[in-house]
Amino acid sequence: MPANPMTLESLAPAIAEIWLVAAICCVLLVDVFAGERRRGLTPTLTLLALALGAALTVQYGEVARRTLLFDGLYVADELGWALKLAGFLVVAVALLYSRTYLENRRILRGEYYVLALTALLGIFVLVSANSLLTLYIGVELLALSVYSMVAFDRDSGVSAESAMKYFVLGAIASGALLYGMSLIYGLTGTLSLSEIAARLHGPASPGVILGLTFIVVAVAFKLGAVPFHMWLPDVYEGAPTSVTLFIGTAPKIAYFALALRLLAYGLGGVVGEWSQMLAALAVLTLVVGNVVAIVQTNLKRMLAYSTIANVGFIVLGFVAGTPEGYSAALYYTLVYVLVALGSFGVILLAASKGFEADRLDDYQGLYQRDPMLALAMMVLMFSTAGVPPFVGFWAKLRIFQVLWESNHLWLVVIAAAMSVVGAFYYLRVIKLMYFDPPAQSLPPTARSTGVRFALGLNALAVLALGLLPGPLLDLCARLIHS
Amino acid sequence: MPHLLSILIWLPIAAGVAVLLLGDRRIGAGRWLALAASLATLALAVPLWGRFDTSTAALQFVERLAWIPRFQAYYALGIDGISLPLIVLTAFMTVPVVIAGWTVIESRPAQYYAAFLIMEGLMIGVFSASDALLFYFFWEAMLIPMFLIIGIWGGPRRVYATIKFFLYTFLGSVFMLAALIYMYLKAGDYSIASLQALPLTLLEQRWIFLAFMLAFAVKVPMFPVHTWLPDAHVEAPTGGSVILAAIMLKMGGYGFLRFSLPIAPDASRELDLLVIALSLIAVIYIGFVALVQQDMKKLIAYSSIAHMGFVTLGAFVIYEIVAATHSTRGAGMGLDGAMVQMISHGLISGALFLCVGVLYDRVHSRQIADYGGVVNTMPVFAAFMVLFALANTGLPGTSGFVGEFLVIIASFRASFWYAALAAVTLILGACYTLWLVKRVVFGAVANPKVAALEDLNPRELVVLGALAAAVLLVGIWPAPLLKVMQPTIHHLLTQAIATKL
Repeated sequence: MPANPMTLESLAPAIAEIWLVAAICCVLLVDVFAGERRRGLTPTLTLLALALGAALTVQYGEVARRTLLFDGLYVADELGWALKLAGFLVVAVALLYSRTYLENRRILRGEYYVLALTALLGIFVLVSANSLLTLYIGVELLALSVYSMVAFDRDSGVSAESAMKYFVLGAIASGALLYGMSLIYGLTGTLSLSEIAARLHGPASPGVILGLTFIVVAVAFKLGAVPFHMWLPDVYEGAPTSVTLFIGTAPKIAYFALALRLLAYGLGGVVGEWSQMLAALAVLTLVVGNVVAIVQTNLKRMLAYSTIANVGFIVLGFVAGTPEGYSAALYYTLVYVLVALGSFGVILLAASKGFEADRLDDYQGLYQRDPMLALAMMVLMFSTAGVPPFVGFWAKLRIFQVLWESNHLWLVVIAAAMSVVGAFYYLRVIKLMYFDPPAQSLPPTARSTGVRFALGLNALAVLALGLLPGPLLDLCARLIHS
Repeated sequence: MPHLLSILIWLPIAAGVAVLLLGDRRIGAGRWLALAASLATLALAVPLWGRFDTSTAALQFVERLAWIPRFQAYYALGIDGISLPLIVLTAFMTVPVVIAGWTVIESRPAQYYAAFLIMEGLMIGVFSASDALLFYFFWEAMLIPMFLIIGIWGGPRRVYATIKFFLYTFLGSVFMLAALIYMYLKAGDYSIASLQALPLTLLEQRWIFLAFMLAFAVKVPMFPVHTWLPDAHVEAPTGGSVILAAIMLKMGGYGFLRFSLPIAPDASRELDLLVIALSLIAVIYIGFVALVQQDMKKLIAYSSIAHMGFVTLGAFVIYEIVAATHSTRGAGMGLDGAMVQMISHGLISGALFLCVGVLYDRVHSRQIADYGGVVNTMPVFAAFMVLFALANTGLPGTSGFVGEFLVIIASFRASFWYAALAAVTLILGACYTLWLVKRVVFGAVANPKVAALEDLNPRELVVLGALAAAVLLVGIWPAPLLKVMQPTIHHLLTQAIATKL
């Protein structure tokens, strides 16, 4: 492939990354000089940087067609563009929800915001990767930032423990990913995903299958698919809730992109092999996630298992192995992120100084204490359970549809049965909030108007996208076909 | 008036949201708003009936807007002779529910009215959707308000009952969804008409039939998936029981008529004995179960299951008639009977639950043993209760007679034994209902609580009076109802006995 001469215009598609690097440096410097007294400056600046970044991406980052940059290491396409915009939005909302929580825990430090931005940078790199190397750099940049965020509350033993667990297991997964990549590189002689896609087709050799297995394991680990899910509940429960919110949302978009770029695109020639592996993983994930969630008493841990169950559905989209399937998985991922933002946002608002609000019992009679919060949570829970008129229904419907289309009858049956099992524990949250009287005197929920407004919009979006699902469905299909 | 169906769906929902926004503090205004909205919906149902063309089986009042272009799904509404009576029934039964809760509901009244109004809109949506995806959308969305109604205002075991209710119906529905998606992939769109026209092999039809049957049998409910109903009824507040019995159970019957028979006619013919057997078990076995109940609501709940057995019997006995007589003559009577039975059961069971509600508001007990001699202190109430009880036993002159009579006659054409077994209900129904009346209404005053009872207040009088009038009207002069349904039933029969193979 001839190298394009590098001009200023040719860098425009990478505007999001370039802006973000500059912003990280600025925020870091400003935070150092602002000192203790102007603590509020960094959060505001970060949100500003995210908003401006999104605006710049809208203005300059859109590409008419798929373009390769930086000697083929980086691909600019409509999918990457849209996922980056989603990343800006999700991280901004997550940071907005988190601020009071961080203040109450005395961990509102500039580094938190800088780490969030570097994680976002990792997401962007991953989303636009066209080479195994770029992909790996993105994965590691994201993972290392997130490990430190989990350990951010340095006085908390639980956080430190879960960060350690996350780090060690994550390192194993990274090793597996790298090993798999090296095998594929050895067999195809190229790092570029487009080249790999061109060279790998027909029946797969044992070497390719070996490499593929390691890659699938790593992807499953990152997504949290059973049996590589062991880190997820511990990390979700142990991390400060604001960090749980963060790792439960934006990185999911990145890991979707990882699976798409690596498996569906780069290794698309051997789809038959990996889709069988994913089918087994998906079934395990659906069953374990849904069944184990039933017995949880901690809301964060329950939502962790619910995440696992939802990952099962996302993986099912890949099992179909068709562009329709990938667009269903993309739709499911975006919907899941929207709902997860809201659910963890509710936990953040229900928490206060010295009160984590993470046990299920802390939600008894929430309706009496805070009707708006309870209503928002009810909408979100019904949506994840897949009940219309909320958007979660369409996400599940789309997955069922692509499974039918690709003739996976037994997967449809298992997924349908498991969504009924799943409905049970979502209903239990609603039961606690609406049917039970408030048990004991609990501290009042946070009153910050701005955050409540954002959460209200979040819940409304879940309803509005459920009533009129057409545009987002079309968008997802267009992005995958681009 | 264009968009009449849309208005019927969205007016109650909008009013429900408005009541919710008014909140508990301005509930005075909220109550009147709820009443006004339910009356307005009923008033709008009148032109629906009046301008309905009874000479055609085609869909009327059709509306069609693009909804999800990607799935070829439309916001498509339209009604025929099967949906119209059920929509009118829905609009009619919501008014007594709103009035019945007027002073009784003290906790969170705004949500109570909002839930019922939103549910009214969603139920009308179920009956008027002519796109299968839209139908499913309303069908499932309806679970949310009902879940909250039982869970918030229900009795002591409400949590168990409401979760059981939700999971049972949810389980049934997801498999129906799977079947709908399968057919969509073959037909290319979700319109019910094209699903009905879709050619299917016998194997496909069998699986589709079973998936539908799971969803509809849970809703009807048929033996052996009926166990959620007594729990839900006993624990639900009066209004919840009324809506559950009067409308929600009808959705199962409606589903059989709208989906199972026309979409999978060959499988329906093949598996008709399964449905007939389950219906007869419901009629007889559940009748015996009703006999031994100690709780009034539970007794009426079991009686509902037995009566709904007639609906499924009437719908599927047509295949046996065709097989036995080699002609379709009289088969329409089975379908007619099923429809009339649905309307009539909606009125009667609703009325009986309201009667129990009247007693419960005063004594706070549903146990039969806590009553006796109510007629001495509440003569007017006793008159209504006896009327509805007699209607429940199928007394000629009441609506209960028409449906059961039509179904039994139709079964007779198929086989003497079906008719004989179905007719057992006339005896059993009389036993449990009249025994209930004897123990509650008649006899000497049983205890001081009964002695202190006050008769109906004007509010309750209006409600029960209107229902009594409706029960008698359908019983004495069912012709208009039958006439509205006639072309559609005829068309349905042709679809149901045609073969798709």
